[in-house]
Amino acid sequence: MKVSVIVFPGTNCDRDTKWAFEKIGAEVEFVWHNEHDLKNPDLVVLPGGFSYGDYLRSGAIARFSPIMQEVKNFANKGGYVLGICNGFQILLESHLLPGGMTRNENLHFISKFHHLKVINNENKFLQNLNVGDIVNIPIAHAEGNYKVDEETLKKMYDNGQVILKYCDKNGNESNPNGSVDSIAGICNENKNVFGLMPHPERAMESILGGIDGIKMIEGFMK
Amino acid sequence: MIIAVNVHLKKGVLDPQGKAVHHALETLGFKDINGVRVGKQILLDIDTEDKEKAVALAKKAADELLANPVIENYEIEVK
Repeated sequence: MKVSVIVFPGTNCDRDTKWAFEKIGAEVEFVWHNEHDLKNPDLVVLPGGFSYGDYLRSGAIARFSPIMQEVKNFANKGGYVLGICNGFQILLESHLLPGGMTRNENLHFISKFHHLKVINNENKFLQNLNVGDIVNIPIAHAEGNYKVDEETLKKMYDNGQVILKYCDKNGNESNPNGSVDSIAGICNENKNVFGLMPHPERAMESILGGIDGIKMIEGFMK
Repeated sequence: MIIAVNVHLKKGVLDPQGKAVHHALETLGFKDINGVRVGKQILLDIDTEDKEKAVALAKKAADELLANPVIENYEIEVK
C-alpha cells in the first residue's frame, strides 16, 4: 500500500505518521504543501501539527495550499483520506468533512492518553475493530471541541458517520473537550474521508504507552 | 478604505474564552456584567473609495475565508 503524508509549514507529526505506516508495511512518501502531485497513493494522510501557525482558525489557511486541490479531487473520486488532529481540522475547513472546531471547553491544551469507543465500524478505517470496542490513544489539542448543526448530526448518525467517541476505561461517555456528543472521529457520507482528533500514530509501541493505534490504521491495509 | 469584519461565535456555540474572561472580570469586582463573548476584528485595507464595492468585497472575503459559517457569524463595519 502506498501512503502519501502531506506536509504543511507547521506540521509536526509527519515523521511519526510516516514511521507508523511503515511499521505496518506501507510505502510512505512525503508530499510538500505546494506540490501538485499526490504521487499516486492508495491513502492520503494529513498529519497533526499547527499548519500555518493555526492563524485565523486551525486548518483555515492550509485549505488553500495547492496540494489541497489535489486532495479534494482525490477524495471526490473516492480516494481514501485520513486527517489526524490538525489534519482533521483541515478536512473540516476544506468542507471534505461536515462541522467545525472550536476551542476546548476548558481552554486548555489537553495532552494525555484517552479512551475512545468505536461507534461504527462499517468503514475501511475501523473494520478491524468491533462496535463498542474501547481503544486507548493519545490526544493532544487545544481545538478539539467539535461542533455541527443538529440536522447534519442526525444525518451523520443515520449514515454511520459518527465513528469514535471519547469515553472512560469502562466505556462510559467521558468528554475531555466539550465536543458535541463526545465525538472524537467522523467520516464523510461516502466513507472514504476520515477525521479524528486522537493520534493513533502515537500508539504503535507498548514501550511508548500502548499499541491500540496499530489495529486502527491497519484497516487501511486490507 | 478600511473595512472591518467582526467575527463572533454563533449564539448557540459556547464561547469558552468569553466565559473565562467573564469569570476574571467577576473576580476583579465587575458584578454587573451578564456575559462576555470574545470575537475578532479583521481590518481590510481595500483599494477603492466606492463604499458599496468595498463592502461587497469584504463580504466575499468573509464568506470564503474570514469566518467559518458552521460556527461563526460576522458583521461588516465601514471604518
